[in-house]
Amino acid sequence: MAGSIPVSLTGRVGVPPTGVSPTDARRVSPGAEAWRRFKRHRLALAGAVILGVIALAVLLGPLAWPVPINEIDFSAKLQGPSWKHPLGTDDLGQDLLARMLYGGRISLAVGLAAMFIAVVAGTLVGAIAGMSRGRVDAALMWLTDLFLSLPQLPLLLLMIYLFRDALKSVVGIETGTFILIVAVIGGFRWMQVARLVRGQFLWLREKEFVEAARALGASPARQVFRHILPNALGPVIVAGTIDVAAAIIAESTLSFLGLGFPPDVPTWGRILYDAKDHLDIAAHWALIPGAAIFLTVLSINYLGDGLRDALDPRRVI
Amino acid sequence: MGKYLLRRLLLVIPSVLGISVVLFTVLALAPGDPFEELATNPNVPAEVRASLRAQFGLDDPVATRYLRWVGSMVQGDWGFSFASRVDVDTLILQRIPVTLLIIGSSQVLALLIALPVGVYAATRPYSLFDQIANTLAFIGFSLPTFFTGILFILLFSITLGWLPFVYRADISATGWLWYWEHFKQALMPVTVLGLFQGASWTRYVRSAVLDVIRLDYVTTARAKGLSERVVVVKHVVRNALIPVVTLVALTMPAVFGGAIVTEQIFRVPGIGSLLISAILANDTPVIMAVTFVFSCLVILFNLLADILYGWLDPRITYR
Amino acid sequence: MDERQLRELIAQVKAGRMSRRRFIHTMVGLGLTAPLAAQMLAYSGVAQAQAASAYKPTRRGGGGALKMLWWQGATLLNPHFAVGTKDQEGCRIFYEPLAAWDADGNLVPVLAAEIPSLENGGLARDGMSVTWRLKKGVQWHDGAPFTADDALFNWEFAADPATAATTSGSYKEIKVDKIDSHSVRVRFGKPTPYWADPFVGTVGMMVPKHLFDAYRGAKSREAPANLKPVGTGPYKFTDFKPGDMVRGTLNPNYHLPNRPHFDSVEMKGGGDAVSAARAVIQTGEFDYAWNMQVEDEILKRLEAGGKGRAVITQGANIEHIPLNATDPWTEVDGERASVKSRHPLFSDPAVREAMNLLVDRGAVQEHIYGRTGVATANFLNNPSRFRSPNTKWEFSVDKANQVLEAAGWKRGPDGIRAKDGRKLKLVYQTSINAPRQKNQAIVKQACQKAGIDVELKSVTAGVYFSSDVANPDTYTKFFCDMQMYTTTMPQPDPERFMNQFVSWEAASKANKWQGRNISRWRSEEYDKTYRAAESELDPVKRAALFIRMNDLVIAGRHIIPVVYRPRVSAVAAKLNAPLSGWDNDLWNLRDWYKDA
Repeated sequence: MAGSIPVSLTGRVGVPPTGVSPTDARRVSPGAEAWRRFKRHRLALAGAVILGVIALAVLLGPLAWPVPINEIDFSAKLQGPSWKHPLGTDDLGQDLLARMLYGGRISLAVGLAAMFIAVVAGTLVGAIAGMSRGRVDAALMWLTDLFLSLPQLPLLLLMIYLFRDALKSVVGIETGTFILIVAVIGGFRWMQVARLVRGQFLWLREKEFVEAARALGASPARQVFRHILPNALGPVIVAGTIDVAAAIIAESTLSFLGLGFPPDVPTWGRILYDAKDHLDIAAHWALIPGAAIFLTVLSINYLGDGLRDALDPRRVI
Repeated sequence: MGKYLLRRLLLVIPSVLGISVVLFTVLALAPGDPFEELATNPNVPAEVRASLRAQFGLDDPVATRYLRWVGSMVQGDWGFSFASRVDVDTLILQRIPVTLLIIGSSQVLALLIALPVGVYAATRPYSLFDQIANTLAFIGFSLPTFFTGILFILLFSITLGWLPFVYRADISATGWLWYWEHFKQALMPVTVLGLFQGASWTRYVRSAVLDVIRLDYVTTARAKGLSERVVVVKHVVRNALIPVVTLVALTMPAVFGGAIVTEQIFRVPGIGSLLISAILANDTPVIMAVTFVFSCLVILFNLLADILYGWLDPRITYR
Repeated sequence: MDERQLRELIAQVKAGRMSRRRFIHTMVGLGLTAPLAAQMLAYSGVAQAQAASAYKPTRRGGGGALKMLWWQGATLLNPHFAVGTKDQEGCRIFYEPLAAWDADGNLVPVLAAEIPSLENGGLARDGMSVTWRLKKGVQWHDGAPFTADDALFNWEFAADPATAATTSGSYKEIKVDKIDSHSVRVRFGKPTPYWADPFVGTVGMMVPKHLFDAYRGAKSREAPANLKPVGTGPYKFTDFKPGDMVRGTLNPNYHLPNRPHFDSVEMKGGGDAVSAARAVIQTGEFDYAWNMQVEDEILKRLEAGGKGRAVITQGANIEHIPLNATDPWTEVDGERASVKSRHPLFSDPAVREAMNLLVDRGAVQEHIYGRTGVATANFLNNPSRFRSPNTKWEFSVDKANQVLEAAGWKRGPDGIRAKDGRKLKLVYQTSINAPRQKNQAIVKQACQKAGIDVELKSVTAGVYFSSDVANPDTYTKFFCDMQMYTTTMPQPDPERFMNQFVSWEAASKANKWQGRNISRWRSEEYDKTYRAAESELDPVKRAALFIRMNDLVIAGRHIIPVVYRPRVSAVAAKLNAPLSGWDNDLWNLRDWYKDA
């Protein structure tokens, strides 16, 4: 509950509570309070910085490193990092740094957008199902089960086949492919979030503090937004970070099947996939995109941790 | 609870039927032809291909094909594969033992890793153990299984030569040697899959335990003088299990048709590889049968999860 | 090379001045097939020496288990229903044809007592019939004797349209008569130069009459012998799991002495080509792996370990790029890429010439395919030693620029050439396959330097090679400007191979895009030459006609051959496996053995 004294850490006594001082008489809004708590979360700040650096690099990097991504140079095949090629080259002699920067835009955009869709849609469905029960719950869960049962591959083939040309004529091939991929990847991951959120809601709804809010006359919407949702976010944040990694990898699987971006677009997942057969002689080719995905996931996760800890003062800083 | 259970069970049949209609329509509309390899073979005249299609009823409208399928399913005839001219249930039954062994073990392994590690990490948040566990978990689910699979093969099969990497379902050895051979070849696929799954589950368990560990009743339990172990196991874990139950229920059906990449890399003849080769060959009866069983499992396990919620936390009701 | 020059070469072989092998290699270099070359020699009276068998073991069995890896598993075991080579190879373990093709293109008798020829009266002079004499004393795996009734039955079974056999193309236009218990005569409707099709090689495997007689026509798919094959082959059936594994055990009553060498055989399916190569060459877990579609660099690296090797077998597959002769972006009477339209860019011969100069076959061979793909300028294959003067390949970006500039294609402000308001923008598609994607990248880069904008597209193989009428991405629809794939020569005679350029085979909506002429290139002279070759009985004249057809195709410049692809297999160091590019890999499984 907002404003209560944080419980001490496991089994340790004598640690002074942090954050509240009796002489602090200024009124602080909950938003500012949350921000302050966030700033104090060192790992969250680190996460934000890493993510910021990656985002800046992929957005502005190609301006600072103007090497073309598809310049084939057989004399420079599979070389490790050097001055000319800071991250090395792949088996066609193409510069990996340039490819990583170019592909990073797409991978990050796909990862974040798909995660966003999955989390928003899943939370919405899960929250409504968890709060309403009865028929609405049954109907929504049937829908969730349906999506869970759908075989992804035939459905992907079908959707691409149905919508690709239409999208291509409206928004152009790259944006069209992007929309389709994000819709497909996000569309296959919201169900987990929905079930997790619903589970949380079922549990939290019966807790005393919600009951108290109900007794005080809070409308269901207020109960949800003020009381239940902030506490239900734990699994959602975990799911969000896992979804980013999964979305980046899923995009490479899609392009492996010809359903994603054209094969010469060097998204991170694609570079990883192309590199897998050369692990024993050119490990750098695979380790670099792997590390990039890992860092992205890491930073988003710490950000999420910070977010959750900031919203609920019972959390550990 | 009883009324809820009854209502849910009654809804199973129509929901299964509803899902099967959608599945069948998707498969019928998806592009691809079961006889595509014949198209590139100049020896096969077009009339033969056309007559094959007619023989298997591929040219009938979707509704007719669906009703025919439902009719035969009800009678226990699961269909006939276009590609291998074998009954579909024979194909599936042939692969169930291997699937249960490999994929089933990997799920168990994942759980065995995730529960203890996640709980312990959450009881000491941001400690060294927690940081290491988190980092390993992030690495675990950032790297796709095709990558870790190949890494393992390079390390254990090629460099060290300890383990075989092609899975052979029939090993001609007897007694202890048979078990030992099976263990050696199952070790890598089970570990690859188990670690990948366990990595994400560890994160969920940790988050769920963190949600619970600061609640007042836990402090009460400690104040009562209970040992830390009892506090954690009896009070914390039981309440933190709700998201875990959700997750396990969501991934159990994946045993039946999920681990496609791992099965491909290690050549495990499981149901996942049956599904993917059927999809690539457009062998619709097989795809339909496998996805239908998959959807039944999904419904079943989600129902079980709902029931378990009620058992784990009796305050949960389904009015 | 014309007919007169061919006859000169044959005379040299006859006089002993040129070796038979050298002649066959020369013919293959000109774009013909080894079996056709062998036929030319046979027809001219050059006796075929029985090739000495390299088989060493002196007793049957004792070789242990033979483990083979196919990265697509066999899905059924009836040769008449086989879809693709994976099924044929699975069947070849148990079933045998009357004769098979060896690596030099000679017919080798298997279930036949001898090869029919003009001398022994087996071949009729008018080309209307062939008489096969069957080997005596051959038993099926269940003990029943193999007789002419079985041969007759196989013909009826395959020719019956209700069976929908995939081998029916070879059997439906012939008639087979039984002469006695071990002879049959095959009668053709018209003079047929390529008589060695029914009962030979991949389409000729024999199934037993006594097990399939009750399951003719539509009931054929229910025959239990479909899943438990009973054949005459060196191994008897043990176990079969579709898509996964086939197992056999030694046949103690095999009709050749001292064979087979191995006690059991296992064919495992699934996975990908690279890990299959590793399993044979690096870890030695398996003895043989089929169809190594793997980059040569990777293969060389693996071979350095010494446990196995990659074996290259000459065949006739050609990876090529057809340039669309019709317009795929405009609909004529509701049909895209209709034969009534002309491609706006490729109808200009300068553009086609430039494209031909922009495919860097040398780089493709060196950096992608290596030994597994040899740069070529011919459509009928061409090892680099034997380049014929009228077709040679060249890679030159400068020349391409000159050709385009001279034809009036000027560079616009965006660097892309245009003429009369039309820009040089092309869509280039192929199937998903790592070497092909690399190939696409190489071509795209060269085109960029010449001012041509190329968009790459890759389609999953199951869809690309399908015959699905509703899907726009199939290779037969060719709804893009250029594509790339390998045409396989499924049988040793070029006739059915070359029929993909005749005008009446042009793929169109009317024939549901099943026509084999996918590029829609048409030429009256080609049609005439083809018709002449169809009924020409003299193999030498016929060969000259095929060479002429090849030159016509290349001169038309609508087909750009890239590399000729021999077969590559991974073989364990101690295994001796005679392979042939004109038949299945397992055509001679009975002669496989391991050094001690």
